[in-house]
Amino acid sequence: MNWISNYVRPKINSLFSRREVPENLWTKCPECGTMLFHRELSDNLNVCTHCDHHMAISPRDRFTALFDGGVFLEVKVPEPLADPLHFRDQKKYPDRMKAAQKATGEKEAMLVAEGEVFRTPIIAVAQDFAFMGGSMGMYVGNAIVAAAERAVKLKRPLVLFAAAGGARMQEGILSLMQMPRSTVAIQLLKEAGLPYVVVLTHPTTGGVTASYAMLGDVQIAEPNALICFAGPRVIEQTIREKLPEGFQRAEYLLDHGMLDRVTHRKAMKDELVTILRMLMRQTPAIRGELPVPADAPAR
Amino acid sequence: MNYLEFEKPLAEIEGKAEELRALARANSEMDVEKEAAALDKKADVLLKDLYKDLTPWRKCQVARHPDRPHCKDYIDALFTEYTPLAGDRNFADDHAIMGGLARFNDQAVVVIGQEKGNDTKSRIERNFGMARPEGYRKAIRLMDMAHRFGLPVVTLVDTPGAYPGKGAEERGQAEAIARSTEKCLQIGVPLISVVIGEGGSGGAVAFATANRIAMLEHSVYSVISPEGCASILWKDAEKMREAAEALRLTAQDLQKLGVIDRIIKEPLGGAQRGRKETIEAVGKALETMLKELSGKKPEVLIRDRRQKFLDMGSRGLAA
Repeated sequence: MNWISNYVRPKINSLFSRREVPENLWTKCPECGTMLFHRELSDNLNVCTHCDHHMAISPRDRFTALFDGGVFLEVKVPEPLADPLHFRDQKKYPDRMKAAQKATGEKEAMLVAEGEVFRTPIIAVAQDFAFMGGSMGMYVGNAIVAAAERAVKLKRPLVLFAAAGGARMQEGILSLMQMPRSTVAIQLLKEAGLPYVVVLTHPTTGGVTASYAMLGDVQIAEPNALICFAGPRVIEQTIREKLPEGFQRAEYLLDHGMLDRVTHRKAMKDELVTILRMLMRQTPAIRGELPVPADAPAR
Repeated sequence: MNYLEFEKPLAEIEGKAEELRALARANSEMDVEKEAAALDKKADVLLKDLYKDLTPWRKCQVARHPDRPHCKDYIDALFTEYTPLAGDRNFADDHAIMGGLARFNDQAVVVIGQEKGNDTKSRIERNFGMARPEGYRKAIRLMDMAHRFGLPVVTLVDTPGAYPGKGAEERGQAEAIARSTEKCLQIGVPLISVVIGEGGSGGAVAFATANRIAMLEHSVYSVISPEGCASILWKDAEKMREAAEALRLTAQDLQKLGVIDRIIKEPLGGAQRGRKETIEAVGKALETMLKELSGKKPEVLIRDRRQKFLDMGSRGLAA
């Protein structure tokens, strides 16, 4: 079997991504204040061309950049019960969901995909911070279980891009139970001898950090990403002192032995494939632009 | 006796009865017994009424009651030959976590739990039951030992949550919790958890990923404290009553959601008013749960535990 025969036909929406024309063509870098033209910014994977500040990137854009030819197949995630607690704060939970769906164009806070990276078949999962803070509820749990099962079935490694404020309060205890639940999924993957690589992106906090996001065989972070259990504000309130500059940032965690690597977003694809192919005992990757398969729809 | 805010009317009546009796003791000619007995009766009725239908926020207060039996009380009363084992072999011994070898009804087990302390000195020493990474790593070490020697593990959960401190973060609080949860899912021995007070978020999950999970009647188990939830979602920490309601953190709701297996009844007025009875009831529940799991093969225990958590969330609450 070669890479063409197991090439997966992409879903239409991954090719004709519904990106609308941005209302504002210019984005101000929150770090250095440089005005960045939208096309320049998206070509640079939402990394500031001036100061290298990594801004948020949607799961769909990330996958388009990650997979060969921008082609990937979405893995179906089983639908959980909607609003199991009938949760209501100042707004009803279903209303918050609808608002998040409208704002992001996504169904939920996690996207699962299969595809090839420099012709290396993988399963990838990305969490969407723009969707209710990327919060982990039952859907996210289902997504991780589905991704792990798919990876085991196809004997592929799993790469997870984490970004979350933590557990989704609106699902109460059931969101908390996704910590052990996702851990079971990761164990099934590991027992099948498959690599699990976590990429921590800004920000990854709370119950997400304290479960599947810290259990990778290899832990990589994007530069300056905030990675923690308790957020800096909570700690400052508890210990009543100012925290040092860079506290809980990727580089700080690297220094404290909590990460394997801090890697620039633009170098991520290359690095992931290097690591995965070694862990999978495969030959070195053949890099470079690949010819688009003949049967792929035009982009 | 410490009274909770909602118990104030009760404090007044009980206080009056006590006052009358004190007067009578000082002055032997006074006969107050009839009046005092009437007050006692009134207090009883009120207590029943107050505890008949506790709101979720009141349950939180009862769960945090300083006079409730804590981990150490259960270990002292229910276990023999308790031999504490200290340290994570990396950095320190975390006094928020008690743990070691012990016998339960003569059977050797490993017992682990969070201890909050019962006076200022012990509370500080125990860090109010909030563990640091060392605590979770000590628990991992003990669970490994239990697995190696085929000893059942009993965990007693009572924590506001993992400690949000600078050193704790630097030493990998999140990773320690994740690994402890992972360890819970890997050991081929019976793992039984009882939430005896507060089950505070990830700090509790790290111990309570068990084959059987029981909760005391007025204990709570939640993804976030009502105060924390209120300050995030209501932007007002004073809305904790509403948050407690919305979070569904009571033992009764958790049983309906299929998250816990059993509720252990507390005496009237909560565990703090009947410490001995409460401890005995927990002992009985432990005995039953251990029996349910005895004789099961290691791989069955692991498989069942994993399946239990994979299945979680399939049940919602009725509208």
